[in-house]
Amino acid sequence: MHELAICQSLIDQVENIAMERNAQCVTSIIIAIGPLSGVEAQLLKNAYPIASAGTIAENAELIIETLPVRVKCTQCGSESDVLSNKLICKQCGDWRTTLISGDEMMLMSVELEKTQDSTTRAVH
Amino acid sequence: MCDSCGCNITHGNEDLIRPGGKLHKTESGKEAVSVLHSLLHENDHTAKHNRDHFDQHKVLAINLMSSPGAGKTALLEATIQLLDKGIRIAVIEGDLETENDAERIRKHGVKAIQIATGSACHLDAHMIHQALHNLDLEEFDIVFIENVGNLVCPASFDLGQHLNVTLLSVPEGDDKPAKYPVMFRASDLVMISKSDLLPILDDFKPDRAKNYLRDIASTAPVMELSSKDKSGMAEWIEWIKQQIEVRKTYVEQHPPASGHAHSHHHHEHEEIKM
Repeated sequence: MHELAICQSLIDQVENIAMERNAQCVTSIIIAIGPLSGVEAQLLKNAYPIASAGTIAENAELIIETLPVRVKCTQCGSESDVLSNKLICKQCGDWRTTLISGDEMMLMSVELEKTQDSTTRAVH
Repeated sequence: MCDSCGCNITHGNEDLIRPGGKLHKTESGKEAVSVLHSLLHENDHTAKHNRDHFDQHKVLAINLMSSPGAGKTALLEATIQLLDKGIRIAVIEGDLETENDAERIRKHGVKAIQIATGSACHLDAHMIHQALHNLDLEEFDIVFIENVGNLVCPASFDLGQHLNVTLLSVPEGDDKPAKYPVMFRASDLVMISKSDLLPILDDFKPDRAKNYLRDIASTAPVMELSSKDKSGMAEWIEWIKQQIEVRKTYVEQHPPASGHAHSHHHHEHEEIKM
């Protein structure tokens, strides 16, 4: 159950971004998860209400997009979508592949609600 | 993974996640802030800091992972006995409760710091950072971090180690790499431990374990070893000595930033208004 720890780390980042930008509240959070990240999307969803309680992100919708597991063969150069425990090139069958998608656990974007004048304020 | 900051944007996924991509949608009337940071951004930052700290003192850090009872502490005890006396060892022990493992290590005259994680099923970079405050790295050549026994959670947290060693003990069965690909993919060396049991538990086939590792595109060497009858220990000791030298040479050629300077890398936060 490391998803709770990961969720708390996510909330910390989101709180910082919301504070930096004087947001009223966070309406949605989009994250991308690859199956090889070791993070289970459903467990993350379950942990979210616990981790976000009392924070500016309490009522935000957590949108989790799952990315495909995709490898590139170092021998024949082709790319294939594969299973998490079968990272073999589908073209030539070689095991010497590199992962090009599938181990992500990334905070993609945060949607904020702001008051009228703070929306137009430059942030950087 | 990108080399500059450790984010996960590759050409395989960037179409999906870059602005305008499928995952980059926003409802009208709100402000979307593109972030593109790892969910463990803060942990990764501390891990890098720990690694710099090890490098400044030319210390090799090895993270030992396995399921509970695979023989991590027994391996460390055998390693302490057999490693050249000139190589100075420290151990950081992670367990949910008790000082038992640290006490086993201390009996061999080796410095051991116990981290009690409470309910946490893994070590994280902050815990290691805390432990390093109690360790004068100038006095050591190698630090072993014995992670919490668990084949799932520890794989997701960078601690600042240089190498991951995963133990797969014979009683566990040879298909663990297929069941826990995240853990075994992260391993720089896979050790089939309790190999003295191979004649008894003969349904464990080392070749089958190796095939499962190939299936997850692992290039990690595989060793068979028994901390009990000491078979295979010579190869492991040789590997450690080699890795200490490899790290020393690397650090001499690429000296780390000195002091406690924190350099933060940030992706540009793009602001999209709709």
